[in-house]
Amino acid sequence: MEVGRARAPPPFWAGGPAPGQTYVPGGPGPAAGVLPFTRTLSPMVTGTSVLGVKFDGGVIIAADMMGSYGSLARFRSISRLLKVNDTTMLGASGDYADFQYLKQIIDQMVIDEELLGDGHSYSPKAIHSWLTRVMYNRRSKINPLWNTVVIGGYYNGESFLGYVDMLGVAYEAPTLATGYGAYLAQPLMREVLEKKSSLTKEEARDLIERCMKILYYRDARSFNRYEVAIATEKGVEVEGPLTLEANWDIAHLV
Amino acid sequence: PQRSPSPQTTIMAVEFDGGVVIGADSRTTTGSYVANRVTDKLTPVHDRIFCCRSGSAADTQAVADAVAYQLAFHSVELEEPPRVRTAARLFQQTCYRYREELSAGIIVAGWDPRRGGQVYVVPMGGLLLRQPFAVGGSGSSYIYGFLDAAFRPGMSRPQCQETVRLSVPPPALALAMARDGSSGGVIRLAAITQAGVERRVLAGPDLP
Repeated sequence: MEVGRARAPPPFWAGGPAPGQTYVPGGPGPAAGVLPFTRTLSPMVTGTSVLGVKFDGGVIIAADMMGSYGSLARFRSISRLLKVNDTTMLGASGDYADFQYLKQIIDQMVIDEELLGDGHSYSPKAIHSWLTRVMYNRRSKINPLWNTVVIGGYYNGESFLGYVDMLGVAYEAPTLATGYGAYLAQPLMREVLEKKSSLTKEEARDLIERCMKILYYRDARSFNRYEVAIATEKGVEVEGPLTLEANWDIAHLV
Repeated sequence: PQRSPSPQTTIMAVEFDGGVVIGADSRTTTGSYVANRVTDKLTPVHDRIFCCRSGSAADTQAVADAVAYQLAFHSVELEEPPRVRTAARLFQQTCYRYREELSAGIIVAGWDPRRGGQVYVVPMGGLLLRQPFAVGGSGSSYIYGFLDAAFRPGMSRPQCQETVRLSVPPPALALAMARDGSSGGVIRLAAITQAGVERRVLAGPDLP
């Protein structure tokens, strides 16, 4: 008669405790090798900051056109901005494959809505709210979409600018920035808005360009080609590629 | 998974007016031992569609087999040769869904009657991008500079650009193989056009 090793009883739930076994909550459970993993645990090709600014009559968002593979500037003309419909646009930083997945889902949603033919289209607030739920639910399954998204739009005479990140943290603000932009560009943008309570489109553009230039100087994962998407009552327009002129005069002073 | 995330290989694909040219080195390593020095990393998934495989040999072979099966089925249903874009999308769907388990950097290249020669890249992480030319694998890091320089002069004149482009894969691959320990052996090239697939091997004295 064979005496084999006592086999571990099956776990109560995936990653959960099994009787008689040491249970490490959060660590890979006894069922770790049994069920398929489909989680984004590490971003691969990533995009850096996205900036957003509200102005009088609309919203402008901007992102550079680069996908970094670690420190390698691997893809230098990819678009990280998405025009959802005539009232809404979004820009994403973080994993580009997850952004492409999101783009697929959103594009299909917009098509399905067109098919309803009731004249309604998604408002920026609706997209923001929906995306927050998606991102939060994914994070709750420890399988996040590794992106930080800025949603901008102009709907019913009001500008909208919202932020959602991979944890499901969501808020609205008159200026937004993700990644390095949050440290470098956000203070600048807020300072300008404190002095002038509302900007014109041109002033907003200039502010964005200034901030993108500073990010190009100081963010090692940035690039000097970028796109800009502007939402006004006329609709959403994606402009680009625009190139930043860098000023290196100070090099001569040192 | 415990394997190193950096793909082992140099692979390259270039698009031109009538088709594509693809190339790869021929070394498969287990750690620092060369398990196979005459590997064929250019794998057909259909008559005029190939994939260049980098990363884990097991993963890429498995995914390529699955895609070849799906494509064969699809082309029977379609009753015409499948689009290169379809093949690329099939790769992407698998590579994105199983991104945490797979170590696969793939370049899909081929010819179809609709859009001619096309090159699509599906790097690790599972994004899909169409590019006029693409490189991949650990050896590719060493030749980004070379490629940037090689492709700039031809930019303004399309005719010259094509000859320049098509002449780039052998020297580019040779340079990468010289510097990357995980790439080496012979250069395998294939040209895919409407007429068919022409394969060549550059070995030893023929290496640029």
